[in-house]
Amino acid sequence: MLKSCAGLVALSSLLLSGVAVAQEKIKVGVTATLEGTYTVLGEDGIRGFQTALNNFGKKIGDKELEFVIASTDATPDSAVRAVRKLIEQDKVQILLSPLSGDEGIAVKNFAKTHPELTFVNAASGAQETTYVDPAPNFFRYNMDGAQWQVGLGKYAFETKGYRKIATVGEDYSFIYTQVFGLVLEFCGAGGQVTNRQWVPLGTKDFASVIAALPDDVDAIYLGLGGADAVNFLNQYQQAGGKAHLMGGSIMVDQTILSAKGNAKNAMIGTIAASGQGDSWDDPAWQKFVKDYQDAFPPNKRFPSPSLLATNYYDSTMALILALRQVNGDLSNNQAKLKDALAKIEIDAPNGKIKLDQNRQAIGTNFVTEVVDDGKGALFSKVVKVIPNVNQTLGYDPAVFAKIGLPSRTVPECKKY
Amino acid sequence: MTRIIERHPAWALVILIAIALLLWLVFVVWPPGLEDAIGKKKVFLNAIFNGITLGGLYFLVASGFTLIFGLMRNVNLAHGSLYLFGGYVGYAISAWTGSWILSFIVAFLAVALVGVVLQLVVFRRMEGQDLRQTMVTIGLSIVFADLMLWVFGGDFYQIQTPAWLVGPIELPLVTAVKSSGEAVYLLYPRVRLLIFAASVVIGVAMWLALNRTRVGMMVRAGVDDREILAATGVNIQLVFVVVFALGAGLAGIAGVVGGTFQSISPGEDIRFLLASLVVVIVGGMGSIPGAALGALIIGLAEQLGSVYIPTYAIVVTFLIMVLVLALRPQGLMARR
Repeated sequence: MLKSCAGLVALSSLLLSGVAVAQEKIKVGVTATLEGTYTVLGEDGIRGFQTALNNFGKKIGDKELEFVIASTDATPDSAVRAVRKLIEQDKVQILLSPLSGDEGIAVKNFAKTHPELTFVNAASGAQETTYVDPAPNFFRYNMDGAQWQVGLGKYAFETKGYRKIATVGEDYSFIYTQVFGLVLEFCGAGGQVTNRQWVPLGTKDFASVIAALPDDVDAIYLGLGGADAVNFLNQYQQAGGKAHLMGGSIMVDQTILSAKGNAKNAMIGTIAASGQGDSWDDPAWQKFVKDYQDAFPPNKRFPSPSLLATNYYDSTMALILALRQVNGDLSNNQAKLKDALAKIEIDAPNGKIKLDQNRQAIGTNFVTEVVDDGKGALFSKVVKVIPNVNQTLGYDPAVFAKIGLPSRTVPECKKY
Repeated sequence: MTRIIERHPAWALVILIAIALLLWLVFVVWPPGLEDAIGKKKVFLNAIFNGITLGGLYFLVASGFTLIFGLMRNVNLAHGSLYLFGGYVGYAISAWTGSWILSFIVAFLAVALVGVVLQLVVFRRMEGQDLRQTMVTIGLSIVFADLMLWVFGGDFYQIQTPAWLVGPIELPLVTAVKSSGEAVYLLYPRVRLLIFAASVVIGVAMWLALNRTRVGMMVRAGVDDREILAATGVNIQLVFVVVFALGAGLAGIAGVVGGTFQSISPGEDIRFLLASLVVVIVGGMGSIPGAALGALIIGLAEQLGSVYIPTYAIVVTFLIMVLVLALRPQGLMARR
């Protein structure tokens, strides 16, 4: 009797464990720029993603999320290669990808060839990705580069009194979009943008670019990121640069403000705008900062999350919450999940986010100023919070369409 | 020199006119018409100077590469890794001791040591097998890149410039004249001038060492015919080790230089390997003056390109390489 009882227990436990092993998995592929100029950005993006998993967990009803991470280098072909590998070799059902602007446009186009899968944009911010011919299965919970510049042009013109500025930016879609947002607002307020310089992504030697900066302007706008931004600042210091600076969303960001060395001190006082501000006193933001800080030892993270960490956090959060709403149901070409993703509104740490009809985020924007915390660490201090920023930047869609798509020369410096 | 003029009078004339024009552009205050046509003199002068200083950095990397190739016929594709390793060592030393000068010495010694180990453990075992050596160095460069990524992470590092080198210096070159008649002089980063001066000194020292010393004589003899040199009783293996150590050490120094006025991060190894390949292909494999000329041309092309034709700047370097390969495949300064 005892023997058979023990046998039964053993059998049932075997069965139980069998059930546990057979638990259904939902496979999600993640890409980040873990190589090249934007390595540091990709690494912090993954930290944001981890923080989201810590907070929300991997369980979706009785299913469990499984993640496969692939590396890219900010070029569109590397992103498509990584996404294709995730789909074809790792058989992922959902993608959290990509990080950078040009990658975003390429992945959006690729998404159309896999209408049965779901693509959640991780952090890329080119306008074209969701504005021109959007893919029905591509969802973006972060704002685009132009939305992230809302407020900066007016602040520079009205509060700082800048009348003439010049821009230096990396030569690709995200920075075009950022300069687009800046020029539209700054020139709309009456300012002048006299010169727009474009440098290839991954430029190391900026000395000639720095020499070519005009000296008859009130401020210089820098649309650089990652290693490029650090190289620029270092050489700018060596050349004795003294101009007022304005920064794009990945220029005034912890990825640059926490760089080693003292060249970053040129950034003190720089005004910028972004989808977040390091010093925001909102409790949800403060909690997110603390979650991020607690998740990693101080030497393996930035003092406070970068824009990329926040974007990855928000995208992961939206995906997990939407999956829970539909209880992990991916039948019928993931129709229920797509529906839930399109409708979901999330209370993200950097403000409420909802999607428009192009599945593009409408969110909150922050105008900031770089300050020294007294111990040598730099952070961005919030000077203005602008809620409900949409992709047409408050313009009538018909007027907005006439401006044209962001490029080296669009928009013209005038009032639209 | 006179022989070249005798053999190619037309070319010599073109080159002389080009040099005269360049000197005129550098020293004369530009007339307003010229400024309207091609921009400010300040920008032009800066681009020229930057091209020359960048060429100095390329020369430091490429001279070691070409020296090793010239003597051992070994295309060391791990040379970029030596550059990056030198940069990391330099960063560690300068962060730890605060001394910029010391970081050069330690980086030179550390990377030279790696070079010695590479030569003794790897290359000596496969002497004369070009393809095998090339494949092994590609493999090594991948292993080194991953090891360095493991230790130093994907972050970018910058070596702190010492305080006495931060900021610009005024050069006695007039860039413009203000309406008050006051001359505006060219401001140029001090650290870049020093780096250029240092690479000239190193280049001249190398030339002297190769042409005026006994060891240099052995190296030159080895380049021409290492079997005969070995047969005369010279310990050729020792010469190989010394040259490899020197070449690697130079790459290490270049790493510190690169980390000072640019930055070091994963991927820089490939970039500098590619740069040194282009430089030595343009200049001529195995020739030190060739490396100097190639580095100067590539540095100037990159910088002038980035100012005057920014969109196509990346292409210019490779166009030069293609032109050289098409017209003079052995390189500009190579001996036939």
